[in-house]
Amino acid sequence: MTKNLVVFDKIHKSFGNFVAVEEMNFDIKEGEFIAIMGPSGCGKTTTLRMLAGLDAPSSGEILINDQVMNDVKPHERDTPLVWQSLALFPFLTARENVEFGLKMRGVEKAERKKRALNWLDKLGILEFQDRDISTLSGGQKQRVALARSLVMEPKMLLLDEPLSALDAHLVIRMQSVLTQLQKELGITFVYVTHSQSEAFAMADRVVIMSKGEIAQIGSPRDIYREPANQFVAEFVGRNNILSGTVESVEHNRAKLNTPSGDFFVEVKAGQLTERDSASFVISADLVHLSAGEPDSKNTVACQLISEEFVGSMVTLFLENASGHEFKVQMQERELSKLELDLAKPIWLSWSECSAHVLGC
Amino acid sequence: MKKDGLLNVVLGGYVVLVFLFIFAPIFFSIVFSFNSQRFPTIPLGEFSTEWYVKILDDPDILEAALNSLIVSFSTAILATLLGFCTAYSDFRYNFRFKGPYLALILLPPTIPLIIMALAMLAWFSKIGISGQLWSIVFAHSVLTAPFAMAIIRLRLNQMDPDLESAAWNLGGTEWATMRHVIFPFCKPAIISAMCLTAAVSFDEFAVSWFVSGLNKTIPVVILEIVQGNIDPQVNAIGTFVFLISITLVVLAQVFFIGRQHKKSSS
Repeated sequence: MTKNLVVFDKIHKSFGNFVAVEEMNFDIKEGEFIAIMGPSGCGKTTTLRMLAGLDAPSSGEILINDQVMNDVKPHERDTPLVWQSLALFPFLTARENVEFGLKMRGVEKAERKKRALNWLDKLGILEFQDRDISTLSGGQKQRVALARSLVMEPKMLLLDEPLSALDAHLVIRMQSVLTQLQKELGITFVYVTHSQSEAFAMADRVVIMSKGEIAQIGSPRDIYREPANQFVAEFVGRNNILSGTVESVEHNRAKLNTPSGDFFVEVKAGQLTERDSASFVISADLVHLSAGEPDSKNTVACQLISEEFVGSMVTLFLENASGHEFKVQMQERELSKLELDLAKPIWLSWSECSAHVLGC
Repeated sequence: MKKDGLLNVVLGGYVVLVFLFIFAPIFFSIVFSFNSQRFPTIPLGEFSTEWYVKILDDPDILEAALNSLIVSFSTAILATLLGFCTAYSDFRYNFRFKGPYLALILLPPTIPLIIMALAMLAWFSKIGISGQLWSIVFAHSVLTAPFAMAIIRLRLNQMDPDLESAAWNLGGTEWATMRHVIFPFCKPAIISAMCLTAAVSFDEFAVSWFVSGLNKTIPVVILEIVQGNIDPQVNAIGTFVFLISITLVVLAQVFFIGRQHKKSSS
């Protein structure tokens, strides 16, 4: 069992009348890559700033290494942050930027230079050491910002949407740089982002936040396949959500009446009772397509609205007779094998066990 | 869009006129300072440096010049320090009545100088600091601090507020951050503010005349000379004053505009 590095204990933070974070309880393990994700204004950046001591919690305690941090000043903490704006010092060169933290900590000049050069080298930007920040490209600046934080040899690195300003191809490259670094150094990364692909690609655990509260904590897989509630299901995207009333529950199987038809879902004992209203979700990649009506309980006839290609994957957007939108995701290769006539009605079907009932 | 010839001529003419009105008197003052004749009339007499020799031999004028230099240099430091502090307080903090606070700080230049001068004389003699050289420094600092604050505030507004937090985050105390981040970032504006406040102080007459007592500055001496008679020495002094002021103002501009985006060594 790995040790808890950080504990948020009933943290509450408000700015005037605005509640940024409410009743937050969670912990961060030593050496894990944790992503905090949510739409803008959900409190994720405030959470990170509280970890760095830049914002103080209104109530509750934050513990780092079992020590209460509420009154510890930012400069007394070992929590370097990689800023969304990068916040590089424009009047210093790349190397001087990296040396800054060591200088503040009173590291002697020759040693400072040695360590800074080491990190610039590690991140592949050694040749730019004497360059002005303004002459560097976005990706190079990103690396300087990373080096500036990592040269402090922290136990925990905080990252606030560090890749949001980069081009798409650079984002993918930096993602692998970051995951490799994290593994190599074995330190904790706390990564704030609004991007699901970034969070899912890198994190061991993901915290989903909504309106200052934690909506779900879990591995990317859990969050994708078993969203805890409607917010998470919608936020994670490529999901089909159907809502209706429970008609009957037999054994571990419930029958729901929805405007799109009647469907069967697997339920745990006591999860749903008759006449409950309930929602369930089917991931877009677990839906089957066929030209004729399939021999299955959970079927919907739809008309194709649009398609979206992302490389080898294709997402189909369809609509049924009652106007509900469905998303189906599959390999482009698989889709062409089906030889569907996209102008005619297409049948969607899924197995009962693919459906996941949402909590309220 | 088609160029309107007439409009260009009118605008061009306007610009020429503006510069003519500003610089013609100064230009003629410089010309007459090298004129051998006592009265500023045309045709000119011979080229002469007589008046320059004369002012450089006059201990009163030399002392006034030294006073002016001391006052403007001290004012530049004090006013810029005051201006920096107020600009930083505006950048860093949010508080009630911040609007009135800023308005009050910007008030001094809007008060008629003669009223300001009288008020300062009365106040300084009341608290016993009138008639000294540093009385002028205090008075000038009050007058010019708003200029310094305006220049430094503009610069601070261009700063990413995360820079300061980033320095704290990397282990910098608030003082270390001030010294290693805020100050280097503001350096061009600080130098610019010092040049400008020095220039304003160097030229200022009304307040100096009221609070200086026996410590005359250059503008006060100029008045005394022209009150007595017409003396081309004034033109020679004026030329010096003009050169110093324009140098300071140009330096202020160079530092404020030119150096903003370049690297300043730290």
